[in-house]
Amino acid sequence: MAKLNMVQALNLALHQEMKKDDGVLVLGQDVGVDGGVFRVTEGLLDEFGEERVIDTPLAEAAIVGTAIGMALYGLRPVAEIQFSGFDYQAFHQIEGHAARLRWRSQGSFHVPMVLRMPYAGGVRAVEHHSESREAYYAHTPGLKTVIPSGPRLARALLISAIRDPDPVIFFEPKSVYRAFREEVPEDEETAPIGKARIAREGQDLTMIAYGAMLVPTLQAAEVLEKEDGVHAEVIDLLTISPLDDETMAESVRKTGRAVIVHEAPRSFGPGAEIVSRLVEKSFWQLEAPIRRVTGFDIIMPLMAYEQLYLPNTARIVRAARETLAE
Amino acid sequence: MPEGLNNLPINIPVATQTLHAVGLGYAIKYRRKDDVALVFFGDGATSEGDFHEALNFAGVFQTPTIFVCQNNQWAISLPRSKQSRSETLAQKALAYGVPGIQVDGNDVLATYVAAKEAIARARSGGGPTMIENVTYRLEVHSTSDDPKRYRTDEEVQQWQKRDPLPRFQKYLMDKGLLTDAEIQALEEEIQNEIKAAVERTEEQMKELSSQPAIMFEQIYAELPPHLEAQKEELARELEQVEETHG
Repeated sequence: MAKLNMVQALNLALHQEMKKDDGVLVLGQDVGVDGGVFRVTEGLLDEFGEERVIDTPLAEAAIVGTAIGMALYGLRPVAEIQFSGFDYQAFHQIEGHAARLRWRSQGSFHVPMVLRMPYAGGVRAVEHHSESREAYYAHTPGLKTVIPSGPRLARALLISAIRDPDPVIFFEPKSVYRAFREEVPEDEETAPIGKARIAREGQDLTMIAYGAMLVPTLQAAEVLEKEDGVHAEVIDLLTISPLDDETMAESVRKTGRAVIVHEAPRSFGPGAEIVSRLVEKSFWQLEAPIRRVTGFDIIMPLMAYEQLYLPNTARIVRAARETLAE
Repeated sequence: MPEGLNNLPINIPVATQTLHAVGLGYAIKYRRKDDVALVFFGDGATSEGDFHEALNFAGVFQTPTIFVCQNNQWAISLPRSKQSRSETLAQKALAYGVPGIQVDGNDVLATYVAAKEAIARARSGGGPTMIENVTYRLEVHSTSDDPKRYRTDEEVQQWQKRDPLPRFQKYLMDKGLLTDAEIQALEEEIQNEIKAAVERTEEQMKELSSQPAIMFEQIYAELPPHLEAQKEELARELEQVEETHG
């Protein structure tokens, strides 16, 4: 097994799936010759040619709208928006059509497309390049929203997303792209969309995270174990919508306490929905109020202040201790 | 595309469908099929960004896409003169390297020829075309629209004289291709066809309105657990209503 970072793992998924299915096409800005600004599509042009690896003009709505048309005709386009912050220029195509065509046509048509977007913060980028706005997509019926946390599952989930009969929004946390490597088997691997995973087992506290927040959350769990003797269970959501509330509720029924961690702004963020589901499904087992460690309800700050915005290990540990003290 | 189905449902947000036709065209070309993608829109749509992005993409990728603009002079209350300083709408295509032609949209044969040429070009690898059919909206925009607020009766009367249906009928009769008896028979046939379609639709609507659960089932290929729960929630509510009133 090769040790790959997330960029390489996603690249492997695209290579293998394009080889396997000639209906899979890649399109977006700079995805061809340049291999994508983060190099996720590197080498695809040489292997599959410009008919299947399409460098498009700079127009987000057209990238998504064209991908919708391709998908309607039976292809499986994988469109890339260079940064998720530019996707609002295509949002009407996503919300208005990708998410609705199955319903609008009473099931006659469907849109098997994947929209890949580098997303979230931690890389000291300029404005519009660091936001976490997954709530917009998760709030939209008809879409599935996936956010992997590491290379191996990113590869498996991307393959599942390409094969999914419905549109999948695939957010790739930029700060994880090259942060660490994992063993990724050469043999094909898929992972079910809509299923969370227990990243660490424990019985005293449930911590729920996804994307780039998984690593600081796992680190916080380590600190709690070492310094407090607390065994925290960590859930890696992987899919934001549909949300695997059963895995979370089952954990909370055991631990009675929960901390939710995400980069997105707090108000109306994914954490709010998770709290509601936990209250609905595990209220009588809760022993303390659920805490949220999130981005603030502000525009994502730039440069040095970015790290003050992002949840970190110390902040997560503090929230966990408060929960445990109640 | 599903077998036997090659028309997409009507797309409400103006001009957004133009991009789907580019994707369809790309897929047709990629699969080496003989199909072409035709997309219809009004004069109002040419002010939308998607229309311009679609023409640009279609031009760059030379997709077999035909952009059919029905220029009926009015975008609800906004006249053509206030929509664009361009002399024609067809010329917008030229900026994207796409052939753009303007035809008398009230001339059935001219419209047919323009479409035929565009389709032949698309099929032979010549890429997209935009056709501007110049016509007029004689009727109201919608049942809540009152055109008297923004246009004169004189204008409407002028255009009524150019109504394509009597015009083509007259042409065919002059050529001896159509008789009064045939017109009567055709009109009867058409009336029956419309009546049958209305009845069929009413039947379908009745059938659909007796299965509310269907609205949950066409969101995803497979019903996710949260929708399963919400579907049951509605079913319970309807059962209660049934018990109370039934």
